[in-house]
Amino acid sequence: MINRVVVTGLGVVSPNGIGIPAFLHAIQNGISGIKFIPLYRELKFNCQLAGVPVFEWADLKNYISDVTLHGLKSKSIAYGVVAALDAWSDSGVVYETDEPRWDTGCVFGNSIADTEAMKNVIFHVDNKDSKKLGSRIVEQAMNSGVTAYISGRLGLGNKVVTNSAACATGAQSILMGYEYIKHGYAKRMLVGSTEYVDTYVYGAFDSMRVLTRKGNDYPEQASRPMSLSAGGFIPGSGAGAIVLEDLDFALQRNAKIYAEVLGGSCNSGGMRSGGSMTAANSQGVIRCIKHALENSGLRGQNIDLISGHLTATNADRQEIQNWSEALHLSGPDFPLINSLKSMVGHCLTAAGAIESVATILQIAHKFIHPNINLDDPNPEITSIISKDCLPVKMIKKEVNIVAKANFGFGDINSCLIFSKFNLDK
Amino acid sequence: MTRLEILEELKIVFAPYTPNKEMLHSINEHTDIIKDLKINSANLVDIIIDAENKYHIEIDNESAENMVNVGTCIDVISKKLESIK
Repeated sequence: MINRVVVTGLGVVSPNGIGIPAFLHAIQNGISGIKFIPLYRELKFNCQLAGVPVFEWADLKNYISDVTLHGLKSKSIAYGVVAALDAWSDSGVVYETDEPRWDTGCVFGNSIADTEAMKNVIFHVDNKDSKKLGSRIVEQAMNSGVTAYISGRLGLGNKVVTNSAACATGAQSILMGYEYIKHGYAKRMLVGSTEYVDTYVYGAFDSMRVLTRKGNDYPEQASRPMSLSAGGFIPGSGAGAIVLEDLDFALQRNAKIYAEVLGGSCNSGGMRSGGSMTAANSQGVIRCIKHALENSGLRGQNIDLISGHLTATNADRQEIQNWSEALHLSGPDFPLINSLKSMVGHCLTAAGAIESVATILQIAHKFIHPNINLDDPNPEITSIISKDCLPVKMIKKEVNIVAKANFGFGDINSCLIFSKFNLDK
Repeated sequence: MTRLEILEELKIVFAPYTPNKEMLHSINEHTDIIKDLKINSANLVDIIIDAENKYHIEIDNESAENMVNVGTCIDVISKKLESIK
């Protein structure tokens, strides 16, 4: 059984906008969510910038009960819950249900427990005072905490799984939900991923010298994917969520349809042939993109837009080279390509989900968001693809097919193919 | 502290954990924490921790197990308060 899978709901907590209207406005107008963080200067981090959602903790009372909210400390769970429940509302279904929703599952990605919240645990245990910790720590320390909060709130009764594949996580979550519906195991899947980059994770990235070491004084210009002056990435926090549905199920309930998922692929370069813990094996990347195209029944020239991984490290050039080889397109024939990270930084585990929400919005609202901070494209990139493939202003145009990819530590690749929805394919 | 005073204090301790806020106003010594106030059994440990912090007492496991309704909670707390006088 092969079912068509469509997108019927979107939710987002992004550094440059919380909720779909604010996020849509931000990505159409090239609004940056990167800020200078004074604490990071005190802590002597080299990079002192981050993409931070302007999140009001008190707003959580609109999403979860007072009892659940009391004792909730984890920001990654909070972001995930808000994005997921917003996506659910957006799909036109109420939160409340007495019976489990047996036909609906959840695949949500998460990286690690919020270490800032866990600091209190370490303090109590080390002071031989663990008995004061109470009942609410374990559910927030477990990696599946976010998925448990979401599925519990909505009574989701199908497969509920938490996935984790570093920066490839979000796209992988969406792919897993898509495959599950495609093969008929569920009618609807709430998918996405969340990330809160706490101070300790941030410090560890800073020490790896993968974060930018320039631009602390001009935060909004500091995230520069594909630029000659790119100096590394800027961590971002947030969450993205998508409601995927079996097409017939969505049509029966007269749901609004944003887009269709045509296919996708997830693989690993096996940390061979140039692949490592932190670098992608290009052969793996190329195979992943090609496989996504094949199982979507497409060729390179069908792609209107690429939503790249493109973090603003020196891996950007190789990523462009890999896309070019996978699509068999270069120079002016190459599709338009953009990186949301120019506005929000690299949201790590949440990147694929937030960027997929942006991708779907570009299809639904017929535009291509700009790459901000790309006044000086890297000549090593423009020697592969034409400069015209790198929009620096919003373009209003019909967008039919978009390829969205993310690549993560552990040499993991994920690629998704989204399409404008046409009832008759 | 009288039993009535402790009962009034317990309303504040229970408040964050009960979805049944209406009922909180009318609790009496027979009110069951789980059945009537609909408090999740896992949260009983949080209530005990909060009570310990509030009254600067220590509630041992055996006493904690007896804290099933408002009356038994008052029993345990008043006994502990007596002993530290």
